[in-house]
Amino acid sequence: MSVKESNSIPCRKMFSNTLLELAKKDKNIVAVTTDARGSVMLDEFAKELPHQFVELGIAEQNAVGVGAGLASSGKKTFVCGPACFYVTRSLEQLKMDVVYSGNPVKILGVSGGVSYGALGYSHHSLHDIAVLRTFPGMHIILPCDIFQTRRLVQELVDYPFPTYIRVGRKAVPNVYENENPQFRIGKANILMEGKDITLIGTGETVYHCQQAGIKLKQFGINARVIDMHTIKPLDVEIIKTAALETGMILTVEEHSIFGGLGGAVSEVLSQSHPVPVRILGIPDEDVVNGTPLEIFKHYGINTEGIIKTAKKMINQK
Amino acid sequence: MYYAEDNRMRELQLQAEKVRKRIVELIYSSKNGHIGGGLSSVEIETALYFEIMNIDPKNPQKADRDRFILSKGHSVETLYAVLVAAEFFSDEILSTYSHFNSMLAGHPTKKVPGIELNSGALGHGLSVGVGMAIAAKMDHKQYRTYVLMGDGELGEGSVYEAAMAASHYKLDNLVAIIDRNMLQISGKTEDIMSLEPIKERWESFGWEISEVDGNNMETVVKSFRSLNHSNSIPKLIIAHTTKGCGISFMEKIAKWHHGIPNTEQFDEAIAEINDRINNLNDL
Repeated sequence: MSVKESNSIPCRKMFSNTLLELAKKDKNIVAVTTDARGSVMLDEFAKELPHQFVELGIAEQNAVGVGAGLASSGKKTFVCGPACFYVTRSLEQLKMDVVYSGNPVKILGVSGGVSYGALGYSHHSLHDIAVLRTFPGMHIILPCDIFQTRRLVQELVDYPFPTYIRVGRKAVPNVYENENPQFRIGKANILMEGKDITLIGTGETVYHCQQAGIKLKQFGINARVIDMHTIKPLDVEIIKTAALETGMILTVEEHSIFGGLGGAVSEVLSQSHPVPVRILGIPDEDVVNGTPLEIFKHYGINTEGIIKTAKKMINQK
Repeated sequence: MYYAEDNRMRELQLQAEKVRKRIVELIYSSKNGHIGGGLSSVEIETALYFEIMNIDPKNPQKADRDRFILSKGHSVETLYAVLVAAEFFSDEILSTYSHFNSMLAGHPTKKVPGIELNSGALGHGLSVGVGMAIAAKMDHKQYRTYVLMGDGELGEGSVYEAAMAASHYKLDNLVAIIDRNMLQISGKTEDIMSLEPIKERWESFGWEISEVDGNNMETVVKSFRSLNHSNSIPKLIIAHTTKGCGISFMEKIAKWHHGIPNTEQFDEAIAEINDRINNLNDL
């Protein structure tokens, strides 16, 4: 599969465009935000559908609670804002009002991971997957490009579970050439077949895994590449099969190396199919300052870093 | 007409005393629960479920029902006893309270028919109530949302985020009630963290305030009935109550926030309640 190198809009814009399109036909779709209509690109939604838009000011705790009240009253509720604030400031509301109370609110965390780059750790969300994975019944999805994002929003509208969605800030290259890619929540996609190693990415790292898979062929390495868009519920079977058929797994995530994609994959493998696993992510340290791509490069979660680690793993085979 | 109203108030007060008795029995038998704030809120919840709210125990999810959120979730025994008295579920199930695998936990959950929100962490109910009230406005529905908060709960900052949103969105279909019993787990509210002037604070947030004797059935019912639900202003009832109300040795004593009566105390408490029940029956 070849890859387009450029894109005109970021995933967050595709998310809000699709939501607006659907909300025009369904008055029960409601968007909630916290002085973040610019960040989450809901300006148009707010102008066109003011009666389906709830602005709550800078108050994430209230926004999640209000979202739960709306959802429990039959509204298909999307609470949208920066990932960094929703999965810290309003964590107890996510736990109590959304997850524990079984209200199927969709939380859209934009500019996740290190998207804000040089704005610093206050604006990074490198803990969100780890924390939310422990909430029983919380689903977690990181789409990798705009086409998958559009498919995701279409699925989410009537999805009956509390769900956290994380997207980045800038436009990213497409992973999928097809504008209507195959997508099912909870079912990972195999982007490339291979027998030597499996590369598993989620969200923006999927593109880098795909690029690494293509370039590894030059070194005679056939990597399997998996887009694990849904972290929870996790596609356990695709992981076990990959372990059996390729013998080693490299996970890549824009997240702490603790408790995220790598943690989830390791939990599966350590208990049923123990094979060598390496987890690439952000280490337990004060995160280096820079643009997102500079930070990716520094921690080896870009294409070159993945190639380097994959080759090392294969050499140690 | 006057006599009919008197008779209704006597019935409601009798119901409240029966609820009070069931609370004490539940906490005594399970050795678990929050008795002080449970007893202070008996009249408020009895009035709502037996006189004020549009609800159907046979259809707890009825579309246009009024909503009640127990934001002070630790007082769950009162809500359970009221829901059983209103026949949302059976007293046999109530007897499993706190047992292994019982659906009745020490804080409210939606597993229980009639309960709208899982609570137990303070400062959540008003936000969820704002969401329900906004949904009603969006759908042009007439249902109302009632949120009961403890006074100690007012220390949580999220309460004021919700208070701002309620007046911003002109939610005259939202009624918050503060169970103002003056005590929290560690002592007097004003010693722990000053809450006063509650009335002025909430007025400044754009709420319409009424103050009532929260353990007097007649004033509680009248305060709910007199609310204006078409003036674009959210409502707050400050219910001045007595912690441990109705059990003389528990009243106004902080340690009864979650104290468990021993056998002697239990017998004494039940005797006090039975006296009042007998008196009300004799009227």
